[in-house]
Amino acid sequence: MISGRCAACKSQRRKCPSDCIFSPYFPPNDPQRFACVHRIYGCSNVGKMLQQMPVQMRAQAVDTLYMEARWRIEDPVYGCVKLISQLHQNLNDTESELAKVKALIAFHKLQISQVNELHQPDLDASQSNVEQFQFNYSTQNHYPWFIN
Amino acid sequence: MASSSSSYNSPCAACKFLRRKCLPGCLFAPYFPPEEPQKFANVHKIFGASNVTKLLNELLPHQREDAVNSLAYEAEARVRDPVYGCVGAITFLQRQVQRLQKELDAANADLLRYACHDISSPPPPAFQPFAVSDGIYRQSSSSYSLPWADSSSEDINNGGGGGNL
Repeated sequence: MISGRCAACKSQRRKCPSDCIFSPYFPPNDPQRFACVHRIYGCSNVGKMLQQMPVQMRAQAVDTLYMEARWRIEDPVYGCVKLISQLHQNLNDTESELAKVKALIAFHKLQISQVNELHQPDLDASQSNVEQFQFNYSTQNHYPWFIN
Repeated sequence: MASSSSSYNSPCAACKFLRRKCLPGCLFAPYFPPEEPQKFANVHKIFGASNVTKLLNELLPHQREDAVNSLAYEAEARVRDPVYGCVGAITFLQRQVQRLQKELDAANADLLRYACHDISSPPPPAFQPFAVSDGIYRQSSSSYSLPWADSSSEDINNGGGGGNL
């Protein structure tokens, strides 16, 4: 009975042993999954990669290999690298925008603090200035400098 | 010494790796110079020479350089991270973009609050040399001038690093 073969062994037209390294990750009901991965990486390369990693990581590795293989099939020139490039660009654009907005906020804060200072001057200081002016004016007969 | 049969004076990195004669018209020679042996080693490890040959043969000549460079990028990512490869980088970048976007949304909300504060604040009594309405509009318009609208202002666009392949 050969109906129990995984998608990889079916594709390779071979017997699927009980300890087949591919069978947990390439079920027979999803032949497209192995076909994509095989087309880009090749069966033996995938087998070597899986053998070199712990068993508990293999499912995740096959998922990511499948994703990258699909991207490469859709875009044979750039694969998933185009998406990485776009994300870097998005990141740069968002950082720039954030910097601009933060600068505007700082500007508004400065404006508000300046207006507040002018609204609430130091009353003690201004009072003493008035007194000093009155003293100077009354005792010194101070005339403006432009009057002889 | 026998003359080299490749377009460079030594076999390309691919033919060196594969220990074969680098013939004129070698498909790999333009993209795998002998000075970058690691580039082909990674690509060979992940994709295999025959798969790369098939991929390149399906492309137009002017597309091949970009294709090889992107394959080399993916291969290097996969060698460094055998489980996640480039998908790890994509996930990381997507999270960064989401995080920054949230920060930008919060900053825009703050900016709107400051802008509304500027519009809704009553004019100070000491600053009404002329008509009240003139004073308000004069103050409001000056509040909204951009600090970098002057030609002498510094460039605040710091931008971000990265993005190089």
